[in-house]
Amino acid sequence: MFARTALLVLQKDFAIEVRSREILYTTLLFALSCVLIFSIAFVKEGEPLLDAAAGILWIAVEFAGTLALGKTFERERYAETLRALLLAPAPRAAIYLGKMLGVVALLAVAEALLVPLVALLFHAPLFAEPLLLVALLAAGTVGFSIVGTLFAAMLVRARSRDVMLPILLYPMTVPVMIAGVRGTSALLQSPADTPSAIMWIGLLASLDVVFMTIALWTFEPLMTE
Amino acid sequence: MRKIFLPLLVVATAMFAYAPYLIDGAAYESSMGLVQKIFYFHAPSGMVMLVSAIVCGVASALYLWKRNPGADHLALASAELTVLYGLIVMLTGPLWARKAWGIWWDWDARLTMSFVGWLIAISYLFVRKYGGPGSDKLGAALAVFGTANVPFIYLSVNFWRTLHPKTSVVPTLPPLIAGPFWFSALALFLLYLLLLTARLHLERQRAALDALYLEEED
Amino acid sequence: MLSTLLVNRLLMALALFQPAAQGEFVPVTPGTATEQLPAGPLVIAAYAIIWVAMMFYLWTIWRRLNKVESDMRALERRRAASSSAK
Repeated sequence: MFARTALLVLQKDFAIEVRSREILYTTLLFALSCVLIFSIAFVKEGEPLLDAAAGILWIAVEFAGTLALGKTFERERYAETLRALLLAPAPRAAIYLGKMLGVVALLAVAEALLVPLVALLFHAPLFAEPLLLVALLAAGTVGFSIVGTLFAAMLVRARSRDVMLPILLYPMTVPVMIAGVRGTSALLQSPADTPSAIMWIGLLASLDVVFMTIALWTFEPLMTE
Repeated sequence: MRKIFLPLLVVATAMFAYAPYLIDGAAYESSMGLVQKIFYFHAPSGMVMLVSAIVCGVASALYLWKRNPGADHLALASAELTVLYGLIVMLTGPLWARKAWGIWWDWDARLTMSFVGWLIAISYLFVRKYGGPGSDKLGAALAVFGTANVPFIYLSVNFWRTLHPKTSVVPTLPPLIAGPFWFSALALFLLYLLLLTARLHLERQRAALDALYLEEED
Repeated sequence: MLSTLLVNRLLMALALFQPAAQGEFVPVTPGTATEQLPAGPLVIAAYAIIWVAMMFYLWTIWRRLNKVESDMRALERRRAASSSAK
């Protein structure tokens, strides 16, 4: 029942998104612009700073993710479907999980675009250890989405929600970002520093477990109005 | 509680005013000299900040599950004090660091995580003030997440190589230093409790005022 | 009383500047330190910051409490006025 509900919510979001592709395209374009602006901003002697690849990748993910989160729940609020979702005789935590998986899927598509782009623009050997990179990105994206979905869902009815989401989200996701960037930098060394990368992936995984536990606990009492 | 508040406040203030004399008499720490004396204020403030963050988190969890308004008041008051003591830590630390390490700030694990924790407390206050309806529960969830951060802040020095001293320093202080240290810690902790009481009183008055307004509207 | 305590503190700290035990950061090999920051002002500043922060916070609580209590009194007056008008 739990897994089925989550998957149903995910399918619903996917079906809506496939029709208009609005959130997907805007998120991708925003991520692209982010990478562009940061490459222009971080220069050394007129050339883009090649060591900034790891950081720029994760910043683009974080900013694009914040945008996607805002738009996903804005859509729910606009169509007033959030109340319908909450009235459904389904465990609330499953609804949360379905929404979270949707955000992860969206960011995964964004990363599929961003990683080759960053690798290209910064001459970064991101594909030296593809499996570890995927694990790192997955763990980090999941961590970010866990916190982001919870806060975005709660801010749906709040005032000044657009500016509140980054204010709340960014400090909370700093550990995820630090681990992600350090792990990616470790992978970008030549030769790749795999023990460090594995350590950072492990840290991200444990962060994900902690965040997930707290999120699943708090979603139920939070959404009961 | 009302009656002993003012005398206790005088006692705590006197303790804090007296602390420098004790600290003067304490032994000089060999490598850092005079500037190490900031330790007597910086470390206890850090301890109180973490305690305050935990109080806020526990009260918030209570509020989320039991909807107890007293818990909500405690969470808000404690969050304000976390910001206050965090500010003290963030200002006294760099003053010490500038002399001891040669730099005002470093991005090592302890400093970064403390800064993040402090920012989370500030964002809690923002949510409570500007969040609109439902902000009390959102803030509570935020506080629960933030409190999960506290062990990371505390233990970060033990796991990562940092400029910041480890947690083993305080339990193993030599007696000449430990005396003034725990005296200052007691003074600062007592001040924390007193400020918390005052802030709680304000919050309860606010709740009473809101209830009066609601009554009037009927 | 507090100000005299503070002044006393200042004088004592200044007295410590006379060569006592190591009061400054002394490099291992003399002559290699590029800057000598006096530590006294830093310690005093740290102590002062705590005083200022605490007093400022107490003041904000006092200010907010005054406002709440005056609002309450205004409300009571309005209630008394309206109930006596009935």
